[in-house]
Formats: sequence, C-alpha cells, structure tokens
Amino acid sequence: MSAPVVRGAAYILVHTPDMIMRYGTTCALEHEANPESEFLKKLPEYVRSYEEVVKYAPNQAYIGNILPDILNTIEKPWYKNLIQAADAEGKMGEIVSQDEFYAAIKLSDALDLVALEKDFLIEIKAKLAKKSLYTEAELAKLKEGSELSEIESKVRGGAEPLYMGSKLVGCVKAAHDKDKNLTAHIMVENLVTKASGVIALKNLIYRNNIPADSIEYVIECSEEACGDMNQRGVGNFAKAICEVAGATGATGSDTRGFCAAPAHALINAAALVKAGVYKSVAIVAGGATAKLGMNARDHVNKGVPVLEDCLGGFAVLVTENDGISPVLRTDIVGRHTVGTGSSPQAVMESLITKPLDKVGMKITDIDKYSVEMQNPEITEPAGAGNVPLANYKMIAALGAKRGDIDKTSMPSFIKEHGMPGFAPTQGHIPSGVPYVGAAREMIMSGAIERAMIVGKGSLFLGRMTNQFDGVSIIMEKNTGREESTGAVSKEEVKEMVAEAMKDFASFLLNGKQG
Amino acid sequence: MLQDKKVIIIGDRDGIPAPAIEECIKTVGGEVVFAATECFV
Repeated sequence: MSAPVVRGAAYILVHTPDMIMRYGTTCALEHEANPESEFLKKLPEYVRSYEEVVKYAPNQAYIGNILPDILNTIEKPWYKNLIQAADAEGKMGEIVSQDEFYAAIKLSDALDLVALEKDFLIEIKAKLAKKSLYTEAELAKLKEGSELSEIESKVRGGAEPLYMGSKLVGCVKAAHDKDKNLTAHIMVENLVTKASGVIALKNLIYRNNIPADSIEYVIECSEEACGDMNQRGVGNFAKAICEVAGATGATGSDTRGFCAAPAHALINAAALVKAGVYKSVAIVAGGATAKLGMNARDHVNKGVPVLEDCLGGFAVLVTENDGISPVLRTDIVGRHTVGTGSSPQAVMESLITKPLDKVGMKITDIDKYSVEMQNPEITEPAGAGNVPLANYKMIAALGAKRGDIDKTSMPSFIKEHGMPGFAPTQGHIPSGVPYVGAAREMIMSGAIERAMIVGKGSLFLGRMTNQFDGVSIIMEKNTGREESTGAVSKEEVKEMVAEAMKDFASFLLNGKQG
Repeated sequence: MLQDKKVIIIGDRDGIPAPAIEECIKTVGGEVVFAATECFV
C-alpha cells in the first residue's frame, strides 16, 4: 500500500461585491424586514474595489503569495495597510473579478438557465481569452449572449438578476416552475458553488501541471445542496465540477459536514489512496453566497469595510506516494465522537492529544496547527473574537496541563506553532484546509517537519442534533522511502526461520540436509 | 446565585458551547429553560 501524499493545492477567491446585497443572508433578510434601513443605505459606501481586495494581505496569504506568518509583520488593520505590489495571480491560485466570474457561471450552466448581456459577454470573452486557464473551445461555449430587453423581461418574470454595479448584465432563471428546490435563488447558490469549485479545480490542474484526466475521483465538500423536490441535497456537485473542469477520467461524490467537511474529505481521500482504490483523488469546494456580508452590519456600524466580499474555493490533490510530497498520516487521525461531549477541553483532546498519544508524540512534535483559520479582522468587530487564537490558547493550555510545555512558555508556543487567521468566513473554507498548501510548501522547503490539519463543524445548526463535530489529520515530511509492495511480511519471516530450523534439525539428526 | 432561577443559555461554538454551560448551571440549582449553541463564523 502506498502512503497518500498531498501532490498539490489550489486556493481561489472571487470578488463579488454586487452579490452581497441580494444573495448574502444578512442583507437579504434586512431587505425583507426593513428595506429602508440605515444599514442598507450605508453599505455601498463600505464595499471594497477589486484592487483593494487583491492588495489585502490576508487574501494574498490565501492564494499563496505570502506565508500566513508574514501577516505578523504587517501592521493592523490590514485593510488600511495594503500590499501595494500585490498580484491577483497567486502561487497557488488567483483572485477572480466579478465579471469574469459571471462568465464562469455561464460556463457551468448545463441547462441554459443563465443569460448574459451580449455586449458584456464580448468584453468578458476578450478578457478571458488572455488567460491560459480557459481554452478557445470553452470560450466558444459562452455563445453570443442575450439582448438586455430579454434579460429584463426574465427578471420581471422571477429570474434572479446579475449586476455589475447598478448595471444589469445577466440573470439566472428557475429550473422548474413549481419545485422549491429549483428556484432561481437556489440555482444561483448552486451555480455559484459549482462555478467557484470549477475555478479551484482548474487552478489545481493548471498550476501543478497535472493531466486533468489523471484524476480518478473527486470529493466535493462545500455547504450547498443540489437536488429537486423529490431528493433534496442529493448531489452530485463533484461530477458536475469534473465535467466542466475537464477531469474526464473522474467520477466523484459529495461529502457534507458543515465546516468540518473539507477535513473529512481530506481523510477520505487519503484513505481511498492508501487502500489502493484510486491513485489520484481531488477534494474540491466552491464558495457560499449566503455568507457574503454575514457580519456586514457590525462592519458598517464600526466603520470597517465589508470584508466578507469574496467567495472562497479550494482544491487539494491526494495521490500515491511520489517520494517528495508531504505524507498524510492515516494512522494518526483525531475524531470527535458522539460520546466525546461538548466541553472545549474534551473537544480539543479528541482532536489534538488523543491521536498524538496513540503514536507517542507530544504537542510540540507538531510544528504548525491549522485550526479554524478565520481572518480575525472580520470576526473581531462582530464580537466573535479571534477564533484561531482561541483555538491555539486551548492547545497550549492542554500542552501545559500534560507537561509537554511549561505554563510560562504558552505565548511563545502559540506564536511558533500557530499563525494568524487569513481565510474568508465562508463556513467550510477556513476550517483547517487553508493551510494545506502553505504546509506543503513549508514541509518541502524544510521550514517545518509536520503540521496538523483540524476541521470543526457546527452540526447543531442543522437542527438534527445538538452534537458538535471535528476531525484532524497530520501532514509530515516525506522520507523519500517508497514502500515496497514486494516486502516480506512478519509471518513470512517466521515461516522462513521455521523452515531453516527444520532443515538444520534434520541435518543434525541425519547428518545431511533434508 | 442561580438557585431556582430560570436560565436562558446562548453558547458559542468557538467559546463555551451551550451543553457545557447547561451542565454547570444544573450543579448550582438553576432551571435551564432554553439552551442553544450559535456559530458566529
């Protein structure tokens, strides 16, 4: 059996300023309850430009242009101290503009539900033609576009509009006239998830020179649900994404588990490779429109820009051992079980210390912990605190309690083994996985030996249980030693020794070898 | 302080979740009439 390795990772952000007001739940609910509110009137003043989003340091960390620890050297607030030389193209992904994304939605539209205005489409086609991510054949699928009057008519008939500023440039219509699971709004949510997932998978393939058809299986792990009135949320985003991204050799399925889903998916992918079921498994997730501007009310009240203006996406490829890439240790997996309980200490013990105890490791044997990596600049104005820091404090406290570290060294442990939060609050996106790419880079450069990826999920929000959830897995340096499938097992050695002893006894008794 | 008092609990996923607070409240004689954990991220 081959050790599963992290062969590559991709991270993308999509700046969608004109989707916040209509598709983000905070603004949409306010629209329904209080359409003339001061919050809604003020919000447009606090929306950032694409250039500001590109220059925002946490976003540069997310797409891999700077390591997360570099954020410690940039003065806060980060939204005021922009990286002037920043690039929208990252080592591990890119920051996509809204107009490009609308075209990506159209490319993901299998049933002609999306209409884009023809002049807008001409501009976007020209822009996309300059990018190597899209082929001519893909761009040809965008066709010629629709007349504005036709789009206006569809919107009057219930289609959901797509705006660039105040300009209507497209719409998404319902996929059924009566099915509540195929309404225009749900089709927007699902097409956005699919399209951003496609961009993430394409980036993974393109930036790591992976033959698209070499991927055998894809696990999609976002937070949306596609299906109709007879089978709500049945999927399958994974295969739909593979089809558009050109992964023609793959099938796949969707894994759900709130924010913990990506960590579950990573473990599942590693297990499938380790077991030899597939040689190459990608995990992928697109973003969630519902969470756009989730904390915007607090941001606007406190004079902070609406920092939840981007959709997030990622893709990670797990393959058979290449002798170079970091190994996923399927024998060191932490899990929050039904019987674990909900106290913070019990949760952290189940995810952090129990798996370490199993193999005799100390808390300090993990060089970096990737926990809930939400950008604190988003959560602190909303009163939710610094989530990664709270997690690191708990890990450090556990370490002190176990005697792995001295109580006085807790602050230095947090600094060395933690990192600042840098991921957008897109639910599943910040949970453990944002650091997989940076961990791969740091392990391969020798900066660190080992990292733990921790995913946690708020299952109780689904109202099916009061349970919390979480899983963890360790990534570590590849020793370069390929496991040999022809190796002799312990039992075989015993048999060989027994056979030799039998021959020797026979020789002693008979004076010759038998 | 909480003996025979009715208590409403809003826990935080990344802080102290409601079931953990509920267990504490029970030990000091409070009556939990509502408990929920919220996720603010």
